Amino acid sequence: MGKTLYQKVWDAHTVGTLSDGRTQLFIGTHLIHEVTSPQAFGMLRDLGLKVKYPSRTFATIDHIVPTINQDEPADPLAAAMIDAIRKNCDDFGVTYFDLKSGKQGIVHVVGPEQGITQPGSTIACGDSHTATHGAFGAIAFGIGTTQVRDVLATQTMAMESLKVRKIEVNGELRPGVYAKDVTLHIIRMLGAKGGIGYAYEYAGTTFDNFSMEERMTVCNMAIEGGARCGYVNPDETTFEFLRGRPYSPTGEDWEKAVEEWKSFATDADAEFDDIIVIDAQDIEPTVTWGISPDHGISIGESIPDPATAEPDQKAVIEEALAYMKLPAGTPIKGIPIDVAFIGSCTNGRLSDFREAAKYLKGHKVAEGVKAIAVPGSQITAIQCEKEGIDKIFEEAGFEWRAAGCSMCLAMNPDKLIGDQICASSSNRNFKGRQGSPIGRTVLMSPIMVAAAAVEGRIADARETFDVTEKPAVA
Amino acid sequence: MAIAPITQVSGTAVPIPGADIDTDRIIPARFMKCVTFDGLGEYAFYDVRFDPESGEKTDHPLNDERFKGASILIAGINFGCGSSREHAPQSLTKYGFNAIIAESFAEIFYGNSTTLGLPCVSSSRENIDTLKAACSADPSLEVSIDLNAMTVTAGDLSFPVEMPASARQALLAGKYDPIKELLDNNDKIEATAASLSYVG
Ligand code: SF4
Repeated sequence: MGKTLYQKVWDAHTVGTLSDGRTQLFIGTHLIHEVTSPQAFGMLRDLGLKVKYPSRTFATIDHIVPTINQDEPADPLAAAMIDAIRKNCDDFGVTYFDLKSGKQGIVHVVGPEQGITQPGSTIACGDSHTATHGAFGAIAFGIGTTQVRDVLATQTMAMESLKVRKIEVNGELRPGVYAKDVTLHIIRMLGAKGGIGYAYEYAGTTFDNFSMEERMTVCNMAIEGGARCGYVNPDETTFEFLRGRPYSPTGEDWEKAVEEWKSFATDADAEFDDIIVIDAQDIEPTVTWGISPDHGISIGESIPDPATAEPDQKAVIEEALAYMKLPAGTPIKGIPIDVAFIGSCTNGRLSDFREAAKYLKGHKVAEGVKAIAVPGSQITAIQCEKEGIDKIFEEAGFEWRAAGCSMCLAMNPDKLIGDQICASSSNRNFKGRQGSPIGRTVLMSPIMVAAAAVEGRIADARETFDVTEKPAVA
Repeated sequence: MAIAPITQVSGTAVPIPGADIDTDRIIPARFMKCVTFDGLGEYAFYDVRFDPESGEKTDHPLNDERFKGASILIAGINFGCGSSREHAPQSLTKYGFNAIIAESFAEIFYGNSTTLGLPCVSSSRENIDTLKAACSADPSLEVSIDLNAMTVTAGDLSFPVEMPASARQALLAGKYDPIKELLDNNDKIEATAASLSYVG
């Protein structure tokens, strides 16, 4: 019987079995950022330990970075965190992509961009969206700070093995339907807890035809579906993306690496613990209405009504609607918005801005809407600026910002105020997620955010813009 | 680095309402601007303990004097979902919790908690609801989690609880912080590293 990529990578990285039965798993690539690493370095110092393989850890800053005047955080707590990561990387010999490097950005954008994220590897980062790197056929885990310490000190961590669920999506997406809709659709279908105990293997012709950026968008939100990681088998698209990147192998090593990467792909006769098959044509532009990522509906649907809901769903819907201040049973389309945000590790990449710009051109952001576009990395920003994408956004009335996590979460100056409602290309619509304890988030694809910005209300981008073509590929 | 085994946790318990309590709710991101975990306790559940608009205390059970000093948290389904922030269980232990009983836990939260020696046990909704009702009726009720027997008892009430075997084993053996064992396998770590072409 064949093996899945997950099993092959797991086996290749198994150091041994610990006394409690867990596997000691070797982590080939460790990514760190300013929020979850300082305490781990503190623990290392307390225990008198060193970083075992400093060349296998890469650092950047993203969560607390201001997106206006990046280098000058007015907040002394943020400045202290920047100082801490700089000092820790210096003291322990870790590569650090700082604000002046031209390579800084959201850790899950930087890793792939630099060619650090590679097929057949294990990756860990003290951040749940580490699943993003699975797009390259890596097994990538979000971990806690004590585990960050473990990986720093030993390049390994204790981990229980997962089951593997194959999620096959086949066919062509309809115009105006994007990778973000695919991932929101899957989460809606299987639930925010549906993936607990699983690694998700995303497969099928839809994924075969996806660009790397589209694959990253889906894998990014594996965690919102409860899965510990998600991945796509590496193929020519993967190799083409990695060719010539700063940390990609070169020359003869490149050929060897590609051969090895291919060998990690799931075997044709591999068995899965579960298989789900989805028809791409069934996926509509999807938005959230509530406070959990599985509170999703297609743009043509109405907000759920607790009065007609299944008994076990009633309380959940009531709580969500009370928080969201949305009317039960009415269409989601047309709900006014206050803020539009395009960015984050889900949708802050070149193709996201290209695609939104393609349609935004010639349109204006509705009066009273604050719209911000935040590239996921300095490299993304520079590329967008070269292509004039920043100008298109600015002419439309968006603010064009510097790279960072920005309004995805509340650790930098970009925050919702009061109960503002935000059309957001990010990944979490939890209560208070975007900085105001009563702020409201509606998740959607970047082009749907652009449409909402233009109309001042949640809109169907296919109607706002003339959406007929296939997406721009990065 | 020797740590004491955890076989039993006893104390009064506070039931909190809601399903899918995410780690942003347990510790809002704005309180994570810190380089140590010290002091996180006071921000646990901050945005539900204090009204975001008025800053006044809400009627959340954690503000209820009757539950003061509770060391066991009782919650619903999928507790700790969302962000991988260890700040969440850190804030709970620093707030004074020694164990959590819930219908189910999100995986990363679960792992983070176990590593800190914060046992998380789960049981059916029915059992959890009964326990919640009993604690609400009598906040001084002593709740006891026995990791050997895998039971929760509180007054006349007793029901079985679950926990993955590895976590239970680790807590009972005082090995829930795996660092020593990981370090002890240094030779095997180096052998694995040498076998991986991209690490080499
Ligand atoms: S963009 Fe959002 S989800 Fe991604 S790493 Fe930053 S804060 Fe986390």
